[in-house]
Amino acid sequence: MTGETTSFVYVTYIASTPEKVFEAITKPELAARYWGHENVSDWKPGSKWQHIRANNDRTVELVGNVVETAPPNRLVITWASASQADDPAAHSRVTFDIAEYEDMVRLTVSHDELIAGSGMANGIAKGWPVVLSSLKSFLETGRGLDVFAEPKAA
Amino acid sequence: MDDDSVFRALGDPTRRKLLDLLCETNGQTLGELCANLDMARQSATQHLGILEDANLVSTVRRGREKLHFINPVPLHEVYERWVRKFERQRLSLLHDLKRELEGDRS
Repeated sequence: MTGETTSFVYVTYIASTPEKVFEAITKPELAARYWGHENVSDWKPGSKWQHIRANNDRTVELVGNVVETAPPNRLVITWASASQADDPAAHSRVTFDIAEYEDMVRLTVSHDELIAGSGMANGIAKGWPVVLSSLKSFLETGRGLDVFAEPKAA
Repeated sequence: MDDDSVFRALGDPTRRKLLDLLCETNGQTLGELCANLDMARQSATQHLGILEDANLVSTVRRGREKLHFINPVPLHEVYERWVRKFERQRLSLLHDLKRELEGDRS
């Protein structure tokens, strides 16, 4: 381990089922509609996964390994930018925990083992709230948000 | 989890300060937060409970410690609903203005 690491924990409540939330994360054609990216893998422990921009370029932006799969409640993956795939220290860890909560689902995304102050730590801190809001909107209304939207200059 | 609980939780300077502290250093224990606030544990626990009920703070048990994390997802939903919407309207106004000024040249 090099340097200090940091963690983030994000929680969102979604009017949906654990199965649908799990599918929305792991099925490329669903993730493309609210994340702008596809998560591609066979989701078996030890397999690789890729986070691919869902446009004509199909750039592989993130890669990692599947650590644990327990549909529809739990998925643990490692997470690194594609350019740092071979550096174990650059792999952070993402845990999706999906639990029924009254008539909703409580989705907890824990992002651990991030290098404090790194570009990845700053990037995901901006990214997860947008992605999770968009996922919630997608599952509840059928429409995701524009995850690439930027504030417009006045 | 609803907007009322989010705004109620934010309507208190101590709770906003707690969120500021978690923005600076995420994943703090109750003890660490109390030290920064000059506040009794019991009072801090109550404030954190209100923040947690509003889903603005999430907690994780690591061994014997309970760590507190800021959860900005509800704030992002507030942003989507009231800020982004206005940005889009402004954009469409600018778009209409541009069409008006440039004329329909198609």
